[in-house]
Amino acid sequence: MLAPKKYTVFVLAALLAGPAFSASASDKLLDGINEYREALADGNPSELAAAEGEELWKTKRGPKNSSLERCDLGLGPGVIKGASAQLPRFFKDTGKVQDLETRLMTCMETLQGLDPQAVVKAGWLKGEKEKVAALVAYVVTESNGHKIKIDMRPPEMKKMYEMGKLAFYHRAGPMDFSCATCHGEQGKRIRMQELPDLRTQEGAAAGWGSWPAYRVSAGQFWTMQHRLNDCYRQQRAAEPIYGADVTIALSVYLAATANGGKVVTPGIKR
Amino acid sequence: MATKPMRIRASVKDGVTEIKALIAHEMETGQRKDANGAIVPAHFITELTATHNGKVVLSSEFGTAISKNPYLAFKFKGGAAGDKIALTWKDNKGETRTDEAAIA
Amino acid sequence: MNNQRRKVLKTGTGAAVLGALAAAGLITPGMALADWNKAAFEAKSMADTLKALGAVQPADSKDVQVTGPDIAENGAVVPVGVTSAIAGTTMLAILIDKNPNALAASFTLPAGTEANVQTRVKMGQTSNVYALVKAGDKFYMATKEIKVTLGGCGG
Repeated sequence: MLAPKKYTVFVLAALLAGPAFSASASDKLLDGINEYREALADGNPSELAAAEGEELWKTKRGPKNSSLERCDLGLGPGVIKGASAQLPRFFKDTGKVQDLETRLMTCMETLQGLDPQAVVKAGWLKGEKEKVAALVAYVVTESNGHKIKIDMRPPEMKKMYEMGKLAFYHRAGPMDFSCATCHGEQGKRIRMQELPDLRTQEGAAAGWGSWPAYRVSAGQFWTMQHRLNDCYRQQRAAEPIYGADVTIALSVYLAATANGGKVVTPGIKR
Repeated sequence: MATKPMRIRASVKDGVTEIKALIAHEMETGQRKDANGAIVPAHFITELTATHNGKVVLSSEFGTAISKNPYLAFKFKGGAAGDKIALTWKDNKGETRTDEAAIA
Repeated sequence: MNNQRRKVLKTGTGAAVLGALAAAGLITPGMALADWNKAAFEAKSMADTLKALGAVQPADSKDVQVTGPDIAENGAVVPVGVTSAIAGTTMLAILIDKNPNALAASFTLPAGTEANVQTRVKMGQTSNVYALVKAGDKFYMATKEIKVTLGGCGG
């Protein structure tokens, strides 16, 4: 969330400020911040990325000179409405559990003949990765207001869930942080940022349900892969390869925990 | 550099048209440094004009303090469903772009 | 143009050179600055900005309002608006006291356009935000403090 050099400073500030901070004063501040967030909700700049994505979805590209209009995101070829609310899911054709981004890569490969490595190797919001982000913005906009509905029946999903849970609690890196260090406690906060408790349905729904999102501090639309990667970066742990199993596993764990919650994508974040 | 399309929403209610626009632009201040410590040159929209059926309804001048991907909302009297709204911006590098929308 | 600037940056030193460069960078070929009020946008202090806008001693007015949250989570994007209930308002401007350049934007309103414009601004730190309004030959002003928890210039 913050540049590394600032990290220690704000953790210290939070520790020092914590006990002296009265509950009513902090509630009032949070009210103010909620007012700020509401003011931003109308006119979410994610719309700009979504508009690009919509055009890209319909554009013939790649060696096969084909669009993505027949891409099957799990609800049948070309069905976008509500599709991302049911992802990740197990796909029989690939024999894999896929999240939205890895599924889009499959479609780009099979329908358009584009090499998935071009996406994997590109920098965040550069080249083909930027294109996938635009597609994600478009697709997730079409699931806004839907309910998170993850099909946990396939055994592959159960396996991914268990792997994701392990990854969530796995401490690593020089700070010995796990995902749970920040997101495994009720009412935790870093400075004015409330951290959802991702172990609970409510917390997971608040977190998972509002990503992907426009990140105000970066002025960029971030996909879930981008967000998860940033968690690892903040842990100072090795950053996972784009679309790697651990990212899918964490997504399954979060999405399944959030099951039944409301999708408000694309979100808008600090 | 290719410019990207704006998102313009225009709706009329009780004889007043409300326009809400999101404009894709970096709005680089010229005060930021890149990873190598070099100053990123200023690149920002300086002027934005909105027209309704060709008649100017708002002219704006922006400085670098307008946020990245600028947002603008305003209202004018008149306008009917189907009327043409056009927004044109011009930036400090001389780039310009116009997008249109119909009043809903 | 960028390459040229890089070269100059490498050879040039000192604030004066940088200042001149900043000015030079803003005036590029093919650019029409006829309408853009360069002096006002490049002015640093509130006083200089008001002067550049021709606003001599604006009167405080309850009919002018700065709209926006009391606190902004991130200074990079702060929703701010200006409204004026003064008849014959032809110009609105948003000024941010503690920004490097106070003037954020100005809006010229033809007859029929409401004196109510919303946008989003960058704020480097907690600051008073001013709405400047012109009606007839007179200028009016209002202010609101907006607290910023994280600065908007590179946080």
